[in-house]
Amino acid sequence: MEHYISLILKAVFVENMALAFFLGMCTFLAISKKIEAAIGLGIAVVAVLTLTVPVNNLIYNDVLREGALAWAGLPDVDLSFLGLLTYIGVIAAIVQIMEMILDKYIPALYAALGVFLPLITVNCAIMGASLFMVERDYTFGESVVYGFGAGLGWALAIVALAGIREKLKYSDVPEGLRGLGITFITVGLMSLGFMSFSGISL
Amino acid sequence: MAEVTAKKVLFEPIFNNNPIALQILGICSALAVTSSLSVTMVMCISVIAVTAFSNLFVSVVRSQIPNSIRIIVQMTIIASLVIVVDQILRAYAYEISKQLSVFVGLIITNCIVMGRAEGFAMQNGPWLSFLDGIGNGLGYSVMLIVLAFVRELLGSGSLFGVTILPVVNDGGWYVPNGLLLLPPSAFFIIGLSIWGLRSWKSDQVEEPDYRLSRQTTKEAF
Repeated sequence: MEHYISLILKAVFVENMALAFFLGMCTFLAISKKIEAAIGLGIAVVAVLTLTVPVNNLIYNDVLREGALAWAGLPDVDLSFLGLLTYIGVIAAIVQIMEMILDKYIPALYAALGVFLPLITVNCAIMGASLFMVERDYTFGESVVYGFGAGLGWALAIVALAGIREKLKYSDVPEGLRGLGITFITVGLMSLGFMSFSGISL
Repeated sequence: MAEVTAKKVLFEPIFNNNPIALQILGICSALAVTSSLSVTMVMCISVIAVTAFSNLFVSVVRSQIPNSIRIIVQMTIIASLVIVVDQILRAYAYEISKQLSVFVGLIITNCIVMGRAEGFAMQNGPWLSFLDGIGNGLGYSVMLIVLAFVRELLGSGSLFGVTILPVVNDGGWYVPNGLLLLPPSAFFIIGLSIWGLRSWKSDQVEEPDYRLSRQTTKEAF
């Protein structure tokens, strides 16, 4: 249990997807103008990550990994080079399925998430989490926890940035720095703040 | 629309329509790899190659792709190209591919590649699309190389791993700025370079959401 708690804290604060690894930056900068939108996107990212990372983990361990196909009588087959193609396919498929299920059973949530769901397929944070999972060799349980934690960290970061930007739009920023420029500086400062978590040893 | 010429397609994205500074594309995967120049160069070459060839192939098959599944087709082409790049790096530059870790794989979700395939290659011929891919890859690379140059020179006093400014720890005079090796510095440098670029090309300045109104009452005192 303790192991999982430290894994989740590490994923949320120390190795924050957005602020420590720059993942999901495009959406992070584009959708952070309004706080409501940021919250919607944040929830969608948490949901998709919690599903895709474990699914990719199962596929990697039972099909793609070297020797994983031993149950099918092919102990020498190593399909790990197909990884990238498989993960992106799985992510696209899961997002699509989630969209259909939500549309049918929870239309209110579907309406709230709206355009954000399809956007998530090309969010690097989703793909990045799956790749980190493979690189760090997580077990199935760890991958569930890691997926959830990584999503939560990203959601936290985008909501915080949206809050800052809502205040920021009233301020008088130097001309060339308006919009994108000042947002980068803000994200830099936030990232500096999150660096202070890296001193925590878990 | 203005005349589409090869030269324009190739050079426009470098300063006038820089993918990072203006289109906010592709910042995702690559900032974390800019703390040393040699790693950055490898990343840039990979991105240029993937963008150019994915544009080329998407453009070649563009009239055969049914509209409803075009994203999947583009994704598959891009993912296959990235797998090729990844395998080549693993075979010939294993050390660097270890340092790039997941970021090679993340070229797939790099918005530049996808954005150019969708936005340019679907409408234009193979040759122009190929050039557009190279141009956008270059625009991206220019930004990354500037970043990596500043970060490696001031952060560890070297370029391509060769010492330029002898650091204090090795008996030199330069005190390295450790902040520049950490992630936040990349954001600051990009922010500042966008400021520089926009002061030079002032038509890229964004309109503010709210203007300060004139003061209507007397100065407070």
